[in-house]
Amino acid sequence: MFDSIDDTIEELSHLSYITDKGLATSLFLALEMERALFLEGEPGVGKTEVAKVLSTAFDTPLIRLQCYEGLDINQAVYEWNYPRQLLEIQARRDASGGLEHVTDDIFGEDFLLKRPLLKAIDQSHEKAPVLLIDELDRADEEFESFLLELLSDFQVTIPEIGTLEAEHKPVTIITSNRTREIHDALKRRCVYHWIDYPSLEKETEIVRHKVPGLSDRLTRRVVAFVQDVRRQDLYKLPGVSETLDWAEALTHLGTENLDLETVKTTLGFLLKNQDDVDKLRDRAAGLLREA
Amino acid sequence: MPLFLDSVLLFGRALRQAGLETSLEQTLSFARALDLVEVGDREQVFYAARSFLVCRREDLPVFESVFNRFWLGIEDKPTAQQLPLAPRHDLRKDRKLSVTYLSARAAASDTEVQVADRHGTYSAEEILRRRDFSRLTPEELDEVQRLIRDTTWQVSRRRTRRLIPARRGAHVHLRRMLRDAAKFGGIPPGLRFRDRKIKQRPLVLLADISGSMEKYSRLVLQFFFSAAQKLDEVESFVFGTRLTRVTAQLRQRNVDRALEDAANEIVDWSGGTRIGESLALFNRQWGRRVLRRGAVVVIVSDGWERGDVSVLEREMRSLYHRCYRLIWLNPYVGQKGYEPRVAGMAAALGYIDDFLPIHNLRSLRSLSRHLGELPSRRTRLPVSRAATNLL
Repeated sequence: MFDSIDDTIEELSHLSYITDKGLATSLFLALEMERALFLEGEPGVGKTEVAKVLSTAFDTPLIRLQCYEGLDINQAVYEWNYPRQLLEIQARRDASGGLEHVTDDIFGEDFLLKRPLLKAIDQSHEKAPVLLIDELDRADEEFESFLLELLSDFQVTIPEIGTLEAEHKPVTIITSNRTREIHDALKRRCVYHWIDYPSLEKETEIVRHKVPGLSDRLTRRVVAFVQDVRRQDLYKLPGVSETLDWAEALTHLGTENLDLETVKTTLGFLLKNQDDVDKLRDRAAGLLREA
Repeated sequence: MPLFLDSVLLFGRALRQAGLETSLEQTLSFARALDLVEVGDREQVFYAARSFLVCRREDLPVFESVFNRFWLGIEDKPTAQQLPLAPRHDLRKDRKLSVTYLSARAAASDTEVQVADRHGTYSAEEILRRRDFSRLTPEELDEVQRLIRDTTWQVSRRRTRRLIPARRGAHVHLRRMLRDAAKFGGIPPGLRFRDRKIKQRPLVLLADISGSMEKYSRLVLQFFFSAAQKLDEVESFVFGTRLTRVTAQLRQRNVDRALEDAANEIVDWSGGTRIGESLALFNRQWGRRVLRRGAVVVIVSDGWERGDVSVLEREMRSLYHRCYRLIWLNPYVGQKGYEPRVAGMAAALGYIDDFLPIHNLRSLRSLSRHLGELPSRRTRLPVSRAATNLL
C-alpha cells in the first residue's frame, strides 16, 4: 500500500499513470480503509486504467468482471461444472453397477467453476488481489443488489458448500459510465470519485508519458486542440484515450506539424459520431488557429 | 474517538440541510478518514470529505459551497455562471398562479358556467371524454383530472437478457436438473428450463409547457403523474425555453404536492418554445442515461418552434435512432382541418413513429391502449396514415 497521498501520486506516475490530488486522496483512503473505490466519469478518462495500474503497483493479479445486462450469479460468482458432474455420475454407476452413492459429493469443490467474484475472495491468494468490476451501469438492478451484499462483508454463500470468506479483502474498483444511475445505497458503501477530463497540463504530461515518440511541440499542439474540441457542442466528447490514440496515429504518419489537412484526415481517431465529425470539419481551421 | 467528531457531525448536518442525502454512516467514515490524512492540509481534508460524503456528480457544486462556508467561512460570491432571473421567474413565488391557472382561465372564458354531473352518468362522461381539454369548465376540469389519474397505464414489454427459471424456455436449466438427479440416484426425472425475463420498457416523457401549449400543460402533467405512479422506470421532463427534469417530483404519492413541486421546479411556464435546443440538451445530458434498453419516448408539443428548425430536425433524428419508439402527441391533431404545417412540426414528422392527438380524454385512453401494444418499427405506418387512423 502507499504511505501517503503524495506517495500515491508519485508511485502511480512511475507507472505512467498521471493523477491529481483528488483521485489520489480517494484512492489512498479507499486502500487504507479497505473500501471499494467507485469511479464515475465519461468514457475514456482512465477509470479502468486505475485498476490495472494498481495491480502492477502491488504486483497482484487483476481479476476483472465485465458487466452486461443479465449478468447473474452463474457468470459472476460460480457455476457447477455440469458436464463433469454428468460424467462422474455415469462413471460411478458403471463401476458400482447400482444407484448407491453415485451422486455423493457431486456438489463439492471439485466440481465448482470459479467466476471472477469467487476468485477474488479465494483463499489461495497470498495478498489482496485487485478486483475490477467494470461498467457496472451495464448490469441490471438485480445484480446491483447482489453486489451490495458482497461488498458489505466479502463473503459468498454457496448452499451446497457453505460460506466462503476472503482472507485478504480484495482491492475493489468499480467503474461506471453513467448510462444509468447506480443506486445510492451501493455508492455510499464505497469511496466515490468523479473523474473529470484532465487539465491542459495534466493531459500534456499524460501524452508525454504514454506517447514518447511525439515531439514536445506537437504534443502541446495536439493536447491544446483536443481541449478546445471538448469545449465544442458535440454528442460525444473525446476522452483521454482518444487523445492518446490520435497522438499515436500522428507518430505513425510521421507528422511534424498539425495542419488542417492532417486534422481532417485523422479526425476519426477523436470523434466517433458522424454528426460530430461533420461539425468539426467546418470548425477545424478556426480551432487550429487558436491552438 | 476520532478527531473533530463534533464538527464533522455538524458538517454532515449542514450538508443534509443543503439538500444532500448524506447518511450518518458516511459522516462517520469521513471522521475516521481524518485520522489518515493531514488535517492541516486543506486540500487533503476537502478531497477526503468529498470521497465519503458525496456520491453523485450533481451534488459536487453544492458540496463545495457548503464545505467552504462551514470550514473556511467563505461565502459564495455570485459568479458569472448563475443565470440572471427572468422577470417571469417571479411566477415561482406565487405558487397558486401556475397551479390554478387553468381553472381561472376557463372561468373567464365561459360566462355561462355549466354544472357538471359529478356522479358521471354514462352520457355525461362520454361527452367529457370527447370535450377538448381547452374548453373545459372548472368542474369538468376536476372530473377530467380524476379520470386521468384513474387511467391504467401499460407499456409494451421486452425480453431482457436475464434468464429465470420457467416452465418452458429456450435454455435447459442444468443446475436444477442435476440437483434433481442427486435426489433420484443420478437420473434426472425430467427436463427443466430457463427463459428470458420479460420486463416493461422504460418510458421517457417530454412535455412542451410553452405559451402556445398552456391550455393543455396542466393536464399533461396530470397524465405524467398518473404514468409515473403506475409504471416502473418513467422519466419525466418538461421544456419551454429550457429543459427541466421533474421525475423525482412526480414520484411523490400525493398528487397535489407532486404537481406543485413539479410546477415550482419549472422556471419558464408559458414562455417561448425552443424545442430543438431543449431536445439537444436532453440528448446530450440525459439521452445516454435514460434512453436505454428499448425505451419508448413520448413528446407532447404543438411543434411551434421559435428557434432554429434545422436544430430541431437534427436532434429529432438523433433521438429517433436512440429509442425503440418515438411518439409525438399534438393537441391540434384532433382538430378539423389541421395539417402539420408549422415549420417545426413539419421538420420533426420524418422522425416520428406515431403522430397522435392528445386533446381529450378519449385520445388519452387510446394512447394508453396504444402504449401497451407497440409494434416494432418494421411494421411502422406512414406518419400521415397513422395520424388519421386514430382520430
